[in-house]
Amino acid sequence: MVENAVHIENEKVRKALFELSDPEIPVLSIMDMGIIRGVEINGDKINIKLTPTYSGCPAMDTIATDIKLALDNLGFITDVDLVLSPAWSTDWITERGRQKLEEYGIAAPLEESMDKRALLHGERLVKCTRCGSTNTKMISQFGSTACKALFQCDDCLEPFDYFKCLK
Amino acid sequence: MKDQLYEYILMLGDNAMILGHRLSELCGHGPNLETDIALTNISLDLYGQVRSYFQYAAELKGGDATEDSIAFLREEREYRNVLLVEQANTDFAYVIGRQFLFDAFHLPLLEQLCNSADTQIQAIAQKSIKEIRYHHRFSSEWVKRLGGGTAESHTRMQEALNHLYPYTKELFTETEIEAAMRDNGKGADLALVKAAFDASVESVCNAVGLTLPEQMRNYDKGKYGIHSEHMGFMLSQLQYMQRAYPNMQW
Ligand SMILES: [Zn+2]
Repeated sequence: MVENAVHIENEKVRKALFELSDPEIPVLSIMDMGIIRGVEINGDKINIKLTPTYSGCPAMDTIATDIKLALDNLGFITDVDLVLSPAWSTDWITERGRQKLEEYGIAAPLEESMDKRALLHGERLVKCTRCGSTNTKMISQFGSTACKALFQCDDCLEPFDYFKCLK
Repeated sequence: MKDQLYEYILMLGDNAMILGHRLSELCGHGPNLETDIALTNISLDLYGQVRSYFQYAAELKGGDATEDSIAFLREEREYRNVLLVEQANTDFAYVIGRQFLFDAFHLPLLEQLCNSADTQIQAIAQKSIKEIRYHHRFSSEWVKRLGGGTAESHTRMQEALNHLYPYTKELFTETEIEAAMRDNGKGADLALVKAAFDASVESVCNAVGLTLPEQMRNYDKGKYGIHSEHMGFMLSQLQYMQRAYPNMQW
């Protein structure tokens, strides 16, 4: 895992950003998601660089507005820039982020070659988020959002989302 | 030069927008829930890419241009998409055939644009290509499933290809703008895209005994703004809100 490289000196800003989440995955902070790519504070001005997970992520505008509101409330004049490059990858989800996903019932992305074996060749590698069994199969390559695939566990029968590896 | 870049961005964006719109028409009409969600997710990815292209196009154009004015306030002749993406959702085999042929073109196109001399095109391509790989995988799997399924599904997949494949000639017929963009390193070399397209289309079709028609269409001028009759109907639906309530915000 690549640790989230963004370093934020201002404790209040750090805390505010950690409290914001993607409305579609409310347990996961945008910091743990790895979509904040830069924080620049200049006096009372603050510039945030935000990158989308998927191009069509419908949550992006909401997240940008949430950031602006939260930081404006701390007394900053906030600017949010959407940056595309370098493109987001699931490697940017932090270890804590992966844990939160699993607790929420979304299986965290496997490493790339394992992901391919599970998605393309139907190998049983994705761990059920309910019972932990890997006796699972893909139901649909696209789940409730573009970033997820739909899986089902053949041991406990639970259907669950799997966060696809994106590289 | 700047105008050519602008027009080139429109070609990229319009293909994604019109195909995205066709797929959006299927929302709630897919053959089953999973496929319905997959098709609308692909539409959403394409619309996300369109936004990136049109935000850039608006910047190039300057003045009052915005991503919305570019998407919704052009006349039919100003759209630069190819005819393939306009083709109707006749049945599921057509939906899959259209997607498959477009993905087989889109993937190698973006592979090249990932190295574009234009940093913004490069960034959009590097972002989008990860999504396109999933699309290509999805549509290829379905062509194999339908082509290798029952006699009925095979016949219908073949019929869809017979109708759609002749439209692919247009994808590789280079316009002046595309030639200029190839020369300056910002755009793709369509001859290379074609080689990759042929290889991937043939391997999928051969695997399940589908054949490709030899007779191609010769007079497709979508990139020049001359569209099929489908286009007007689509635009009237796409543009209705902005035309009826100019400058409305969602
Ligand atoms: Zn289970």
